[in-house]
Amino acid sequence: MSERVKSTEKSPAEEAPQPGPAHNGPPKDAVKAAKTGAALPSLGIVGMLRWAWTQLTSMRTALFLLLLLAVAAVPGSLFPQRPANPSVVTQYIKDHPDYGKLLDSVQLYDVYSSAWFSAIYILLFISLIGCVVPRAIAHYKAMRSQPPRTPKRLSRLPEYGTLVVPADAGIPASDAIEDAAALLKKRGYRVEVRHDDGARPSLGAERGFLKEVGNLVFHTSLIGVLVSVAVGGLFGYSGQRILVEGDTFVNTLVGYDQFTPGTNFQSGQLQPYSIQLDKFQATFDRESQGKFGQPIDFTADVTTKENPGAPAKKEVLKVNDPVTLGGTSIYLTGNGYAPVVTVRDGKGNVAMQGPVVAKLQGENYYSSVVIKVPDAKPDQLGFAGFFLPTAFVTEQGISFSGDPDLINPQLSLNSYYGDLGLDKGAPQNVFELDVKGLKELNSRKAAAGGITLAPGNTYTLPEGKGSITFDGVKKYVGVDIHHNPGQLSALTFALLAVAGLIVSLYVNRRRVWVRTGTHEDGRTMVEYGLLARGEDHRLAGEAAAVRSLLAGQWNLDADNPETAPSNSSSAGSPEPKKDQ
Amino acid sequence: MFPINETMGQYSELFMLLAAGTYTVAFIAFAWDLARSSKSLKAIDLKAAAAGASADSSAKVPVAAGASAAAATSRPAGSGGGRLSGPADRAERPSSYVSTANGAGQTADDSMRYGERRAPARVAVALTVLGAAIHAAAVLTRAVGAGRVPWGNMYEFLTTGAFVAAAVFLVVLIRRDLRFLGTFVVGLVVIMLVAASVAFWTPVGHLVPALQSYWLIIHVSIAVMSSALFTLTFAMSALQLVQSHRQRTIAAGGDDKLGFMRLVPSALSLENLSYRINAIAFIGWTFTLMFGAIWAEKAWGRFWGWDTKEVWTFVIWVVYAGYLHARATRGWTGTRAAWLSIVGYLCVVFNFTIVNQFFNGLHSYSGL
Repeated sequence: MSERVKSTEKSPAEEAPQPGPAHNGPPKDAVKAAKTGAALPSLGIVGMLRWAWTQLTSMRTALFLLLLLAVAAVPGSLFPQRPANPSVVTQYIKDHPDYGKLLDSVQLYDVYSSAWFSAIYILLFISLIGCVVPRAIAHYKAMRSQPPRTPKRLSRLPEYGTLVVPADAGIPASDAIEDAAALLKKRGYRVEVRHDDGARPSLGAERGFLKEVGNLVFHTSLIGVLVSVAVGGLFGYSGQRILVEGDTFVNTLVGYDQFTPGTNFQSGQLQPYSIQLDKFQATFDRESQGKFGQPIDFTADVTTKENPGAPAKKEVLKVNDPVTLGGTSIYLTGNGYAPVVTVRDGKGNVAMQGPVVAKLQGENYYSSVVIKVPDAKPDQLGFAGFFLPTAFVTEQGISFSGDPDLINPQLSLNSYYGDLGLDKGAPQNVFELDVKGLKELNSRKAAAGGITLAPGNTYTLPEGKGSITFDGVKKYVGVDIHHNPGQLSALTFALLAVAGLIVSLYVNRRRVWVRTGTHEDGRTMVEYGLLARGEDHRLAGEAAAVRSLLAGQWNLDADNPETAPSNSSSAGSPEPKKDQ
Repeated sequence: MFPINETMGQYSELFMLLAAGTYTVAFIAFAWDLARSSKSLKAIDLKAAAAGASADSSAKVPVAAGASAAAATSRPAGSGGGRLSGPADRAERPSSYVSTANGAGQTADDSMRYGERRAPARVAVALTVLGAAIHAAAVLTRAVGAGRVPWGNMYEFLTTGAFVAAAVFLVVLIRRDLRFLGTFVVGLVVIMLVAASVAFWTPVGHLVPALQSYWLIIHVSIAVMSSALFTLTFAMSALQLVQSHRQRTIAAGGDDKLGFMRLVPSALSLENLSYRINAIAFIGWTFTLMFGAIWAEKAWGRFWGWDTKEVWTFVIWVVYAGYLHARATRGWTGTRAAWLSIVGYLCVVFNFTIVNQFFNGLHSYSGL
């Protein structure tokens, strides 16, 4: 982001004692305008806009917005969020009648799409663009221009040193500066030699332009990530489907149990592939004491077809290992048991037969079961209860599941008859049975008691209403289907951002100036100074490296204060030539 | 899948206890070093002050114990005078410069070279090395016992994280004398080990299917390492706040009530070093976030879904990004940046403890 200096341009020498963040941002005019603007109340509309723009793109504002973004993200973890789980939000509002609605009115259940959260990140990204663009232009110019002119007093630079070439070496000042230029060029510096000062030629050198490039790439890539996320939200879609062993899902809108389209989704986007669940296998831990019965593997064998006419293909679907099909990815996100039942009505006809998906409720696949039989005659039948893969009963008569495997499967149900309310066409939750309009046949409290079935058992309902048979148990899986066209570009931009970040943190932008001169006694005096732009804790190391390179070139002893006059004695003296 | 070896698991727990015990002794030795060294340093300082300003030429030697009084007097002597105290202070930033100009009562500069020999500190480092060796054995036996990487639940994350913190501290010691941080770092390591054993203990076990991915190795190991580095910088930033308060007090002519802080480098040196470590840790955290997103895409079908853990990882990332920017913003360096670094670490701790245990989310792998 932008680093603006609230001062006019300084010469490098004046700038030298403060090599920190004091970069001269490009639009100095804007800063100046802002300064005068702040002092004078009458700005006019253009002035106001300019002032606002300068404020928005200032580093301080960016920092403030950044920290505000962190704070604003927090409520999303404190309150249930609609996109993640809408039913939890509804329940939460019901449970907190005093402030539940109030929170909703300030969008605390949709934090990440709320007006205030969006405002913060949009402002932040505008500020970022307002920073990156002028800086990119300025950097482009800097990369094409020559290193800044040689400061008058090199000794004021953060790193400074001198070397003395003996008179008998036969290296005049002009040769020495060319030597230094060649060495620095080899070291990756861009060098300009300046002979305009006659007897005391100098050179300016600069390297590390990649630092700012990395910085700009990092920030630009963040914009790229944001755009990719937006593209995913516009053109992507996702949905869920439960598949019992033997079931087939066809990728059409009606095939989904739940479907969340992106803003610009068109149903034509769906490729009509199919996926059939052949077999699902769950493995549980039988080894460790503390984690006995913990699931350790879920494997679903599936048969897929790219198109209705395409050849079938056997694939394996696992957690962390999705199946890719028709531009979408299919994920294994849940599983459970589906008891297979046969319900006969009062007339003795089979009114319903097949697996019933049991919804997970507690530990060890303790799950709830709801069976609705609208086809039963003369009365519609409804069942609600629980399925336990390994049934245990406590002394208090409470049933629980002792193990996730099918060791002692049991179905405990209450039964009802009457009008299920399905004929009116109003949508109903398949996992809930509304017993308000129904008459109870079986329950723990009823005279007939509850229904308890083991596989193979049949129970005949009282009052001649029919019977229910527990045929066996199948398994089911829940799959999520996702299509996100922005995903790959988000990854690409994220990788670019990291690369830019590393470059911007670890490449150092440095300037070196060298000046040479001839002493009255014939010795060639060399002084050099280094300046870093931004944080650079290795500038001293670079100074030492440059020193030893120069000393090596002229066969001097870099560590010897005799050949190289000590820093302290020459400190503060601008011209070594007159000093020695 | 490798079988579980519960005997190895028991060995691991024994090693954990032994390591915690060794670290505790090391902690006491580090504390003793702080107390004792500050006493002897005070005596040297008094002597130096008595010797008077004649000591100024000696300040060319990297500022060692006792030279601080001399360095402090020579510094304001003009543009040339500033050169005397070595190269370290010249890379300083203008905003922070004020605080170091009054460097009285401090002993080490950026290079953190100390003159004298500190026997208790040597004992403390030796004990920390021993503790880390036992700790390494504990982590390894845990890994062998479970037949996988030892960071599948909170207990394992914390014990491994504590080991990495100790190891990183010891590695940095090779390059730089940070023994003054010993009480802090080893103290935090002991707290982590005790918390893991008391509050988060989990027997060895297999991983649930959701964690069975090579991304567990990549994503979590980087998270552990970044957290360990953030632990170091947290300690430094906290010390930086104390030290800058102390420097201000002394500069204003107040009494030096925090004598043990003599051993701690100047606030600016702490700030510079913690910035460098935070920069590495920030890159690590960026990778944690990215690899987490890639894994989330593989496991749950979306790379970002504002799950509670994702929210907090993002918050931490933004806070440390703010820290890095603060270092380049006028008026935000020094104390304010240190506070940001501390807030960032508190978020890391919060993300690990509270979010894991009390918030509902997809990252419910505490193993509790």
